Amino acid sequence: MIVLEKRPQPSRGWALATPVLAVLATMLFGGLLFAVLGKNPVEAIATIFYDPLFGPHASYYRPQLLVKGAPLVLIAIGLSLGFKANIWNIGAEGQYIVGALAGAGVALAFYPLEAWFIFPLMVIAGALGGWAWAMIPALLKVRFGTNEILVSLMLVYVAEQLLASMSLGLLKNPQGMGFPGSRNLQQYESAHNADLIANTGMHWGVVAALISVIFAYILLNRHMLGFHIRLTGDAPRAARFAGVRPARLILFCLGTGGALAGLAGMFEVSGPSGQVSIDFNVGYGFTAIIVAFLGRLHPVGILLAGALLALTYIGGEIAQAQLGLPAAAIQVFQGMLLFFLLALDLLTNYRVRMRKTEVA
Amino acid sequence: MKFTSLLASTAMALGLATSAMAQDDKVKVGFIYVGPIGDGGYTYEHNQGRLAVMEEFGDKAETTYVESVPEGPDAERVMTQMALDGADLIFATSFGFMDATVNTAKKFPDVKFEHATGYKTAPNLAIYNARFYEGRAVLGHIAGNMTESNIIGYIGSYPIPEVLRGINSAYIHAKKVNPDVQFKIVWAYTWFDPAKEADAAKVLIEQGADVILQHTDSTAPLAAAEAAGNVIGFGQASDMAEYKDGPRVSSIIDNWGPYYIERVGKVLDGTWETADTWAGIGDGMVQIGEITDRVPEDVKAEALALMDTIASGAYHPFTGPLNKQDGTQWLAEGEVAEDQALLGMDFFVEGIDAEIPK
Repeated sequence: MIVLEKRPQPSRGWALATPVLAVLATMLFGGLLFAVLGKNPVEAIATIFYDPLFGPHASYYRPQLLVKGAPLVLIAIGLSLGFKANIWNIGAEGQYIVGALAGAGVALAFYPLEAWFIFPLMVIAGALGGWAWAMIPALLKVRFGTNEILVSLMLVYVAEQLLASMSLGLLKNPQGMGFPGSRNLQQYESAHNADLIANTGMHWGVVAALISVIFAYILLNRHMLGFHIRLTGDAPRAARFAGVRPARLILFCLGTGGALAGLAGMFEVSGPSGQVSIDFNVGYGFTAIIVAFLGRLHPVGILLAGALLALTYIGGEIAQAQLGLPAAAIQVFQGMLLFFLLALDLLTNYRVRMRKTEVA
Repeated sequence: MKFTSLLASTAMALGLATSAMAQDDKVKVGFIYVGPIGDGGYTYEHNQGRLAVMEEFGDKAETTYVESVPEGPDAERVMTQMALDGADLIFATSFGFMDATVNTAKKFPDVKFEHATGYKTAPNLAIYNARFYEGRAVLGHIAGNMTESNIIGYIGSYPIPEVLRGINSAYIHAKKVNPDVQFKIVWAYTWFDPAKEADAAKVLIEQGADVILQHTDSTAPLAAAEAAGNVIGFGQASDMAEYKDGPRVSSIIDNWGPYYIERVGKVLDGTWETADTWAGIGDGMVQIGEITDRVPEDVKAEALALMDTIASGAYHPFTGPLNKQDGTQWLAEGEVAEDQALLGMDFFVEGIDAEIPK
């Protein structure tokens, strides 16, 4: 009989091995799925994982990995701080939208003035916008004990309505012939978050994502606040004895997560997207939850996980166009990744043992 | 002088030679879709157009597509990828792809682009759209005749000119046959979301609507009408014939195949040029699906006659006298709306008791 035995300590080896195993299992079962759909599984997997990096047009795709990965990493870093302390911000998508609206709002308020201070102001506004949106569930939780999962998630839908309203009303391009959507910030030099070096995909959002990884690493490993975050997650009772103030921690974790998500939205709207439009948000805030867990809530892990997810997005599109794989198959493939990760996670905390059935 | 003209003629000959070579080549056509090809509505019809291209040209045209592409930078990447993979012609089939298409067209001057329902053109970027308001006039005529509660529910996607034209056109022609008719409008803020569309339909039915018009792409409103019993509706973008025995009494169909075949053919024979196409019932881009027996014979005959006069150009659905909602005059007696005014339409006509959300 196979039994599961709880490990006294989570296995470090397995903690590192499970993400790799999850990726391999996804390749295996994803390949089976593609084979059932009548495609060559080896070719499909190679298209998804190899072509964006080393294929004939890799010079175009590699920068795109940064463009796609940066918002995921930036948001996931913010979420991971809360997740570590059992504070569940599921509403990063909403904070991302409000950050973008705040950033774009500042830019459009100054249009057509060209000045050096506009972009820094947009950065501040973006962070504040996301922070403020996250403060709603944070304050409600601290003050009234509401569930932050529900409140933050519901606020995503409120933010989407706000986005639609802004695209049709206040931020609408007056020269857009009545069509929804703001002016394109790519054509407004002072507000444009352009590539720092042309065609590298390296815009300010990528820089911010890398900085956030470093800061999160230092915070968690070298700082008292980081210790409190980890302690609250691992041993809530011990944390209380150690003098952790839960309210302060909730405000900090949700606020930071919101600010980083807001920044991601602001860098996106002023750069790759360029425009506030009704369908501006494409799910980065939700995908970042997968990234955070795939990266084991560890800053460096999140960086790698963000790169991996970006790879499956871009490779998935190539596979669709070249091999005719349906979009749903790619989404299932991405879903498998999280599924296998969570399933294999069991091995980190439990040991699988064969035991002879004893006669009772 | 002689030398330069020699050079020029050589260059011309070379140019001719290359374009002649291009004629023999196969053409590679990319499509990017905003929804899944199985949506049963808008994207489904664009994909039918792609299949029509494949059938028409066989080996000469290779097509690829990517579905459910988010609007924005993702669309730009997908189109760039198609261009890098050697596409000669790319159809961007949603309004929201506009700026992404413009950017990509700039990067690849030798690739031809076609953007549906937008308004930005370039030497290698054409735009095309259908005069759906023509079809909606016919649906409005049927709806006005069929309603018994005199309340017609309308599910709008977004308050943009395209949708406002449809509402105004349907209202004008419903009102013509039924002066007591009222429109109730719910904005779903989506093109395709069966759950939201079903909710919108239920709200309208609860408010007394017994006819539902929709400008969203799923069959969910028809399913809701069927569940409610004595409510009818219309197929949107696609025929939605599976509801023919139930609530669906007719439909407005987007028929892109002929246009796609024409444009791909022009790339094949080297005569493709940028264009601004706005085609209607007369050109076959907008079709009215079969009107079922639930509609009385005389109403059906009138609807078909209306369709014919629109198709022939004898009648324009926006013909004065027409006032705007606030009572100011829009079109004088006999005056016909100009395309430019229709393209930027941002108001309701007089009589519609609803506000355009801001």
